[in-house]
Amino acid sequence: MSFGVEFKDITKRYGTDPSAPFAVKGVSFGIEKGTLTTILGPSGCGKTTVLRMIAGLESPTAGQIFIEGREVTTLGPAERNVSMMFQSYALFPHMNVVENVAYGLRMSGVPKETARTRAVETLKNVGLVGYDERMPSELSGGQQQRVALARALILEPEILLFDEPLSNLDARLRRDMREEIRAIQQRLKLTVAYVTHDQSEALAVSDTIIVMNDGLIAQSGTPQEMYERPGSEFVAGFMGEAMLFPGDAKADGLVSLGPLQIVPRQAVTPGKVKVAVRPEAWQIDRSGAGGVRGKLLKRSYLGSLFEYTFETALGNIFVVSPDLAHVLDIGAEVGLSLADHGVSVVRVD
Amino acid sequence: MTKHPNKAVVVWLAIGLAGFVAFPWYAIQDTAWYYVLPEIFQGSETANGLVQAFVNDRPWLLSGLVGLVIAACGLLRTAGKAQSTWLLAGGFVGLAGLGITGFTIGAVGWSVRGLNELFGELTVNQFGMGMGAFVVLLSLIVLFSFGLARRGYFKGDLFVASAVMCCSALLALFIAFPVTKALSGAFFDDNGAWSLAALVGRIADERIWTLGCLRGGYQCGVAWNTLFLALATAFGTTVLGTMMALLAERCAGPKLQAPLRVVALLPIITPPFVVGMGLILLFGRAGIVNQFLEYAFGLEPTRWFYGLLGTWLAQLFAFTPIAFMIMRGVVQGLAPSLEEAAQILHADRRQTFFTVTLPLLKPGLANAFLVGFIESIADFGNPIVVGGQYSVLSTDIFFAIVGAQFDQGRAAALAWILTLFALGIFALQRGLLGRQNYTTVSGKGDSGIPMPLPAGLRRTLYSVVYPWLGFTLIVYVFAFIGGFVQTWGRDYTITFAHFKTAFGLEWGDFGLVWAGAAWNSMFTTLKLAGISAPLTAGIGLMIAYLLARTDFRGRNSFEFVALLAFAIPGTVLGVSYILAFNVPPVELTGTGLIIVICFMFRNLPVGVQAGTAAFKQLDKALDEASLMLRATTAQTLFTVILPLLKPALVAALVYSFARAMTTVSAVIFLVTAENELATTYIIGRVGNGDYGVALAYCTVLIVLMSLIIALIQFTVGERKLGRRKGATTAAVVAPA
Repeated sequence: MSFGVEFKDITKRYGTDPSAPFAVKGVSFGIEKGTLTTILGPSGCGKTTVLRMIAGLESPTAGQIFIEGREVTTLGPAERNVSMMFQSYALFPHMNVVENVAYGLRMSGVPKETARTRAVETLKNVGLVGYDERMPSELSGGQQQRVALARALILEPEILLFDEPLSNLDARLRRDMREEIRAIQQRLKLTVAYVTHDQSEALAVSDTIIVMNDGLIAQSGTPQEMYERPGSEFVAGFMGEAMLFPGDAKADGLVSLGPLQIVPRQAVTPGKVKVAVRPEAWQIDRSGAGGVRGKLLKRSYLGSLFEYTFETALGNIFVVSPDLAHVLDIGAEVGLSLADHGVSVVRVD
Repeated sequence: MTKHPNKAVVVWLAIGLAGFVAFPWYAIQDTAWYYVLPEIFQGSETANGLVQAFVNDRPWLLSGLVGLVIAACGLLRTAGKAQSTWLLAGGFVGLAGLGITGFTIGAVGWSVRGLNELFGELTVNQFGMGMGAFVVLLSLIVLFSFGLARRGYFKGDLFVASAVMCCSALLALFIAFPVTKALSGAFFDDNGAWSLAALVGRIADERIWTLGCLRGGYQCGVAWNTLFLALATAFGTTVLGTMMALLAERCAGPKLQAPLRVVALLPIITPPFVVGMGLILLFGRAGIVNQFLEYAFGLEPTRWFYGLLGTWLAQLFAFTPIAFMIMRGVVQGLAPSLEEAAQILHADRRQTFFTVTLPLLKPGLANAFLVGFIESIADFGNPIVVGGQYSVLSTDIFFAIVGAQFDQGRAAALAWILTLFALGIFALQRGLLGRQNYTTVSGKGDSGIPMPLPAGLRRTLYSVVYPWLGFTLIVYVFAFIGGFVQTWGRDYTITFAHFKTAFGLEWGDFGLVWAGAAWNSMFTTLKLAGISAPLTAGIGLMIAYLLARTDFRGRNSFEFVALLAFAIPGTVLGVSYILAFNVPPVELTGTGLIIVICFMFRNLPVGVQAGTAAFKQLDKALDEASLMLRATTAQTLFTVILPLLKPALVAALVYSFARAMTTVSAVIFLVTAENELATTYIIGRVGNGDYGVALAYCTVLIVLMSLIIALIQFTVGERKLGRRKGATTAAVVAPA
């Protein structure tokens, strides 16, 4: 298994003051060649710092960084075969579209005409034709995004970095661009590191997800692993809107949550645990029998599904139901039981 | 860069060698270095470094060559720590060798007395360092910085490392060194021995600190005079400037904007003492007012206007526009939504103004006060023109140096006091406000409408600002017509005689003859200001870039020294230059170069401020994007940052050129008969009572400067952004 990017015990502290807090507190991971890895976390967790250290825009306080097996810890961005797309796109406002895209080639000494031809070609590859002479300010957000992507791709980097690339787009465009980035990554077999705070975006595009919290890696794995088998309260809460309930792990391996019994997917040590339940994992028994008894408090119609909030002995429970045919009325008494997916048992943090 | 990591090292080694071979090592007296290039292999003065070292018996110069050789050894190692050791060692050996011998071996052998006793008389001397020495030192500094970068400092960026080190070296050589040397002069008693008592004795001088005037005595000490004047001026300019800013931004219609803009531009393009002269024509002994009083009431004309009142009024006129520009920026920066919020919460306009608007202006007020104070204590022109018997520190320093007294110790002591005043108010401002900053402009549009001012306040503004503007206009008009009148006060015949005296042109036997007395100083001024302006703007923007975009150890002290140049009054800088640079190793007195350098470092803060403000507007991601596309830092600077900084570049160019043309305080010490400047020439005319020529010259200067500024604006042009009208570009404006 060869890594495109590898971090070994990286720590990072801003400024030279030794009492300054760490932004990254000892992080080790590898991004496999040709895969797309998402670094996910709430703002301030250190994910952008990690990305900027891959780029060479920040240097780590301690630890080593390898790209394609070569140590690059002390090298600048120009000496790594890395490219990056910025959250604000950072298109040079005084250059037109072609000049922006050709910039990287021009700076490496490629003659103007060759650079221009290749820039037009790259623009075509990202689906932007006929805007060559426009200034960035004359483009829409989505077009600017494509220019930024073309500009990042033109140097044929081994590693491509994305810093929250979709955050400035509206919902429709966001899905298109997400799929486009994924398609280009797979076509060119690029190693991609992708920073976002949006978990659904991460689930949709990634081969691997790394969840960071407070300067540390909370958990990493495939999207399915991360969603279905979160290893901690934090990850369970961050990946999807799981609700956490206090539970008891018993010696026989079962976990009890109020009146419900759960068979955990992995072995747990007996004692206090937390049970993370996703809102779609609750099954509603309209006769009011079985499981946890609940009374409907609130109801919202979202078009493709209903969101219910029930009052129960376990507290208020948030449930998502795709059943649009049988709508519950406020005050309805139901029984709530658990499906075999979307439920996981985590340690108490 | 990726392919040849050592290319830069090789280039700078070659430059260093060229410094030893291709240029005369020492400064050439009376001519420029490029005239003696054919003689660099012979002669004791014009020879290059190698000939000086081997043939002319100055072997210590070889330390520089040894340094270069050691640094060259680094090329045998791969780029990294091992190479860095060689580069650092080479740079250090060369710089230390040349630096130490430069300061200890002077024009008459050893320049430190102890060394004579230690090693005996030295028969060989050396002169001030010249082009060759400069090139070698530069290359050694750059190689040393490469060593630092290879060691991992400055993020390994060779360009940033050498830029920081070169700027630091310049600041150290041309600000820290001369000022320290000049100020230390106060510690030496009349016999040249070091004594603390000498300093105490000089600073505690009765003439400086007496408070006689408060007790009805004859005069106050010069320190108190300066302080009173500076506080009064700072207070007055801040109040007037704020009122004008509020009027311009909140009350005035489009009709008033043009005159206000002119008023704001005037102090940039006029020498500061022009208003002083205009006031003299109004209130001086032969002025209009006194003549009217004599005519109407038979009052004997006196010199009542000269003194504190006259100087204060002149400084108010001269510096209020500066306060106006500062406050205007602050008022524009207030987010209207804050005032709207206050009004939604049921505050009336008056309450809103005093509880929200005014407090938000506080940092701007402090800033305007600081600038007014520093301008006032550094001002030389107005006190000398209208000060009369009221002496202030800047004029006293001048007379201590050039007058009959020639008392360096006293000049140094006075410079101490002046510097301490400046630094004191500077520290006070920083300490009180800290990093407090209410500037509320952000990338996001603020669509609110500024609140109209409360009616009472508006009436006050009208009744103060309009008369003031009218008065300013009158003063300038008088200064203008003064140049066209035969003799003010006695003979009001309209004449061009003064212009002819100053700028006469004649056809002689050999074509055009620049017959006027002022041409010489005019050309010198234009040349020196023209040379210094691009250099000032360049270094200023470079320092601004380093401060805004790079992070390195020692950045804070770097910033402090760069800002210190602002707080050091021009008079002190001028005195320092004349005291520090009249002996080797840096021997510049009497040359045009010292004036250029003085212009540069006197006006540097302006360039730094213009640059810093511009960098705040420029999204950092643009630089990073360029770096990610494998542009080097230097390429990024020239292809991305500089084109986007055009407005700041124009501002820096215009300011540094205009300030160089109009400054008096610093350069009055440095001019010679050969390098006479426009302002010092005018001051000289005023000293002779020759107001007509002086005012004619001022008029020409103002007109010329307006043309040049328009030209700079036109040549450098607007930055090309392809912006739609009214649309804001998210990419340019950094998120708040």
